Amino acid sequence: MTAPADASAAAAPVLQIRGAALHRPQGRGDRELWSGLDLDVRPGEFIAVLGPSGSGKTTLLRSILGLQDLSAGEIRVAGVPATRGNPRIGYIPQQRPYPPDTAMRARDVIALGLQGRRFGLPVPRRGDRERVDEMLAEVGAAHYGDRRVGALSGGEQQRLRVGQALMDRPALLLCDEPLSNLDLANQQGVTEIIDRQRRAHGAAVLFVTHDINPILGRVDRILYIAGGRFMLGTPDEVLQTRVLTDLYGAPVFVLRAGDRLIVVGVPDVEPHHDHDHEGAA
Amino acid sequence: MSAVLGLLTAAGPVPAVNWGDIFSFADYGELVALLANSIIAGAVLGIVGGLVGVFVMQRDLAFAVHGVSELSFAGAAAALLFGGSVVAGSIGGALVAAILIGLLGARARERNSIVGVLMPFGLGLGILFLSLYDGRSANRFSLLTGQIVSVSSPDLGWLIGISAAVLVALVLVWNPLRFDSLDPVSAEARGVPTRTIGLVFMVLLGLIVAVAVHIIGALLVMALLVTPAAAAMRVTAGPLRVPLLAALFGFVSAVGGILLALAGTLPVSPYITTISFGIYVVCWLAQRARDRVRRAG
Repeated sequence: MTAPADASAAAAPVLQIRGAALHRPQGRGDRELWSGLDLDVRPGEFIAVLGPSGSGKTTLLRSILGLQDLSAGEIRVAGVPATRGNPRIGYIPQQRPYPPDTAMRARDVIALGLQGRRFGLPVPRRGDRERVDEMLAEVGAAHYGDRRVGALSGGEQQRLRVGQALMDRPALLLCDEPLSNLDLANQQGVTEIIDRQRRAHGAAVLFVTHDINPILGRVDRILYIAGGRFMLGTPDEVLQTRVLTDLYGAPVFVLRAGDRLIVVGVPDVEPHHDHDHEGAA
Repeated sequence: MSAVLGLLTAAGPVPAVNWGDIFSFADYGELVALLANSIIAGAVLGIVGGLVGVFVMQRDLAFAVHGVSELSFAGAAAALLFGGSVVAGSIGGALVAAILIGLLGARARERNSIVGVLMPFGLGLGILFLSLYDGRSANRFSLLTGQIVSVSSPDLGWLIGISAAVLVALVLVWNPLRFDSLDPVSAEARGVPTRTIGLVFMVLLGLIVAVAVHIIGALLVMALLVTPAAAAMRVTAGPLRVPLLAALFGFVSAVGGILLALAGTLPVSPYITTISFGIYVVCWLAQRARDRVRRAG
């Protein structure tokens, strides 16, 4: 149940979590979801966060974003305590379709990554257009940059969300189920963009997902939260029948089918629903 | 001036349509000069209403606009009955409704139920106040169906000033508001103060609705706060074109409606709503035609 020692202390961690605990209100008191979480994420590291819904994965991301407080513990991003609106963090949410009549073109969605926080006269600044063009090309959206977003496919829209999150060249990328609702080709495309970002710019990636397979070949470590406990280690260390059975306290099997992994027998801790954003308080 | 107003507002029972009531351009120049302030108020409201409408559409607030306007009507009616300023009353009612909806209705479903509860309450309250009020009867209906020519000069000044203030504030929060309207989850993650932005927008919406109640009437505010933006979104996308087109449509509807109404003896509102609706129909047809061409090509 211990994390492997961080071998290379060469680069200062982008994300540092110490003694984190999360409680959830229940009845009159509250119930501890988990506690004692320590995590150091180095630049360029790709960490997958797995676990059943309701295990506090989204809340963990929101705490790193400074939007919510942990029940205990400390979070530092690039050396400073977690705070709202930290420009060193990029956030990629789950794909949800934009309304068909949205008054924006593809390039406008990406431009919000630059302009979305600017109060005052909404005039684009020098260089904005070039940077948006560059990012459109980077996420493979250059050919539909001037089309209205409402008319684009889910995969095309999700590339724009990724581009928006990358506009500030963040040191830490938080991804909250960015591949759900996408087909296989788009899952690979979006994963590829995120992976290229960490290789080219050294961004660390914290990737919440319910399906490890699309990213299995790229993940350095896995944080698996379940049954009120967590396990941190390489995919080979964590994704084992023995380890997950111990974590869940119930028989769970990890099956290998070619290069795919299937986890069978995960007890439904809470009624399963698509993905809870509000509920993970 | 009062003779002119009497002529404009007193439409007696006429057996058949008298086209002279609808269009008559005698003394037109003098009328326009006399009512210059009303025309300016209509112009500013048309522009600002069109801009606000873009966010009303994107934030799915069309129904909330209706609820805010009914409470604004109740506030104005209360002011009429208890002898306060009608403009202040309408602003008070609109702000109470807008802030309540902003605080309690974060999600569309909750919001719709709150509006559904507030709207009949506000309308009923307003009708009660009007029934108890025994002043000039022309004022009664003007709050529901609008009659800009009966608004007094100092009040017109207030309406123009409030619209201008809303315009300035809207421009200052434009980008964060756009971000929050498109994707509140990402906006919050990037540090946009989404709760504050949402409330600021509701306050601006309340203010402009209160202005619209005086010009076009509580029952018809959507013609300037929803229709122009909806029409613009039919024919274009783009962060600059949609608001500019919506403002243009609002301006044409409001000013065109007032100018046409001056030529007859009928109220202003039907002219405004008809122009606004006509623009929407044209935009809708244009979109259909373009889609058909695109599919064929």
